[in-house]
Amino acid sequence: MARLLFFGKLADAAGARQRDLPLGDAQTVGDLVSALGKQEAALGAALQEKSVRVIVNEKMAARDSAISDGDEIAFLPPVSGG
Amino acid sequence: MIRVSTDPFDPGAELSAFEKSANGAGAVVSFLGKVRGRAGEGDVKALYLEHYPGVTERSIAEIERQARKRWAIDDTLIIHRVGELKPDEPIVMVCVASAHRREAFEAADFLMDYLKTEAMFWKKEIREDGASWIEPREADYRDAARWKRDETE
Repeated sequence: MARLLFFGKLADAAGARQRDLPLGDAQTVGDLVSALGKQEAALGAALQEKSVRVIVNEKMAARDSAISDGDEIAFLPPVSGG
Repeated sequence: MIRVSTDPFDPGAELSAFEKSANGAGAVVSFLGKVRGRAGEGDVKALYLEHYPGVTERSIAEIERQARKRWAIDDTLIIHRVGELKPDEPIVMVCVASAHRREAFEAADFLMDYLKTEAMFWKKEIREDGASWIEPREADYRDAARWKRDETE
């Protein structure tokens, strides 16, 4: 089980800010996004966008970063502070 | 000091306290950002600001660290509100103290440009006719890119 966090517009796409999910066969962030996309096309497409950054366990990650049970995986759309 | 909070802040009191603690600095520059009551598409009822606790503070600390590398800064104060904000409320405040004014002006400008494009906040505009997530404007990215250009000169 991993904890997924969705920020900004991605929380709207996911219908929640947080989701606990079994990882199944997914070994990388990319695998996880593909698996999500198979069940929820709109969410998958939103997460595929190049502008979306990924943070695993509070560290910047890439699509090929490895993930495992117990990880916190955050999906971040373009920021807008100030 | 970096502070991310749902609590409102008093810009005058913050500047006064900062100016006193930065005793000895010859220059203090401050910037205050407020919630605009109007956007392109109509009246703004409120803004909703979201952040990633811990990670957001560290992203600001990294921006502050970059500013300290570029300019001789004595001290900084960065306050950013999160949660729901009404028009006219202060949303962001940046103060920089340094020996001379040029460093303080430039560092404050840099900090604001990077807070808008790099710090981890997400802003939703709530209007009469609905709500939408805001992304930086082209001009915001251009502003931030000015400092990257300087680095390569």
